[in-house]
Amino acid sequence: MTPGIEHFLTVGALLFCLGLAISLSKRNAIGVLMGVELMLNAVNLTLITFSRFAVSPNPIAGHTFVVFILTVAAAEAAVALALAVAVYRNRETIDVDRLNLLRS
Amino acid sequence: MNGIDVLGPQISVLVAAGVVLVVDALFPGQRRLLPFLALAGLLTAALWTTSWVGRGDYQTVFDGTIVLDRYAVFFQYVFAGVTATVILASIDWVNREGRRQSEYYALVLTVCAGLMLLAGARDLITIFIALELSSIPQYILAGWGKDAKSSEAGLKYLLLGAVASSLLLYGMALLYGVTGTTILPDIAAAIEANGESYRALLIVAMTLLIAGFGFKMAVVPFQMWVPDVYQGAPTPVAAFLSVGSKAAAFAVAIRVFFEALGADFLSSDWSMIFAVIAAVSMTLGNLMAIVQSDIKRMLGYSSIAQAGNFLVGLAAISVAGEEFTLGASGILLFVAAYAFTNLGAFVAVIAISQRINSDRIADYAGMWKTSPFLALGLAFCLVSLTGIPPTVGFWAKLYIFNAAVRADLVWLVIVGVLNSVVSAYYYLGVVRVMFLGEPGTEQRFRASPSIAVALTATAAGVLVFGIVPAPLMSAARDAVEIFAR
Repeated sequence: MTPGIEHFLTVGALLFCLGLAISLSKRNAIGVLMGVELMLNAVNLTLITFSRFAVSPNPIAGHTFVVFILTVAAAEAAVALALAVAVYRNRETIDVDRLNLLRS
Repeated sequence: MNGIDVLGPQISVLVAAGVVLVVDALFPGQRRLLPFLALAGLLTAALWTTSWVGRGDYQTVFDGTIVLDRYAVFFQYVFAGVTATVILASIDWVNREGRRQSEYYALVLTVCAGLMLLAGARDLITIFIALELSSIPQYILAGWGKDAKSSEAGLKYLLLGAVASSLLLYGMALLYGVTGTTILPDIAAAIEANGESYRALLIVAMTLLIAGFGFKMAVVPFQMWVPDVYQGAPTPVAAFLSVGSKAAAFAVAIRVFFEALGADFLSSDWSMIFAVIAAVSMTLGNLMAIVQSDIKRMLGYSSIAQAGNFLVGLAAISVAGEEFTLGASGILLFVAAYAFTNLGAFVAVIAISQRINSDRIADYAGMWKTSPFLALGLAFCLVSLTGIPPTVGFWAKLYIFNAAVRADLVWLVIVGVLNSVVSAYYYLGVVRVMFLGEPGTEQRFRASPSIAVALTATAAGVLVFGIVPAPLMSAARDAVEIFAR
């Protein structure tokens, strides 16, 4: 049996849900970021699957989208790590539960 | 060449960002010039936009991914104006902060370029790129301050923003899967042709899109970052976030939902979702704002409530024909009104908090005696946020609630009006403290020239359009004409 569109989409959806669960439950900021990366890659897998299998007038749009997502994700990760370093210098922790200076 | 012409405003803003960086590197002694170079870039962008209005030639470029229409023009004016006001209001703060001045202005201009690109984006990929182009510099700006609070705000904003944009992307991927294209009008055509059979998938995609845009709009249940980020971020940045990114989120949401997901069997669903989110956001935002003692947190919660007011316009679409776009034009009117009003309030808060070194509402006591100009400006903007005439805020609320009544959403209007009464309590509470409280010190102080210009301009906008709202209303109506059916 060769894997078809439904298998790839299921893997994509599972990865996405895993990523979401990780990013909502992890307390370490870097852990949250890893969850986000997993979600983004699940999106990439879904896009590639659709442009490969679905009858599409514009299959290249899916590939293009993936390249842009990869690039933006890299930029976002760079900024995220910079901010994490800034927070660590001030607080000596990047545990999101302990980032509680802001309150009424 | 055409494409370059259409992207002229964005390019001139980005060029200004580069010029600011280079000038600071080559002539470090000329720092005072930087904000004016940035303003010159924005002025060029505004003039470029005006030149299209004169030529009246509206078009799509780059294979339909970017469109130039009255809607894009309207928002480009809004974003240029918002950014210019933010830069004027930042000058004092940046000078006092002292370090990395050119980078600050360059990042603000980059955000502006992203917002302007978003106004004309008509393709899912372009929307995503424009959204991130405006978001990533905002994350940096939120963490710009030296203190722990600011970097904490930046990190929180980034983490939640990244989760939200992943949700948005998954929604876009599903939409692409169902329709096979990323261009919005083509998506609409594909849904028209065989969308009914994929209705469940489309509703999942739609919900994910609402989550992604809802984060930027700052509506319940995607609002948890708002009070923290507004409180922790430098005040000029908070002002920028509260107006710029909110307006952009509504700009792109209107375009996506009207142009791509406007099919009858979908619009009835999303208008209902938006109606519920609007009611919850208004109520929760206002109730939480009442108990705040920090004025930036209070403005944060009030901006959640105001976003609920905006959403009434997206909910009010169940009328067909001529009035189909009445709600959308209401949002545009509200965006313009809110830009004047909220920026004015923030400009006054920036000036006052720099002077008294506190954001506590209790410390605003007697501001009328120590700085009548700032107190009067802030009071006037708060009155407009409440929606009391003769301010532009009154007309915006009246217009958008009228659209809701026409769409048979009387219950939503009742919720909205009740919420306006609640909001009067805390907005006017600040006014009461400023005018009736006793000042801690008798020492009077004056606003700096840049703050005075920014506050006068925004307050004048609130007053002038409060007395003659017709030009703004007709501009909003013309802008959304393209979505009529």
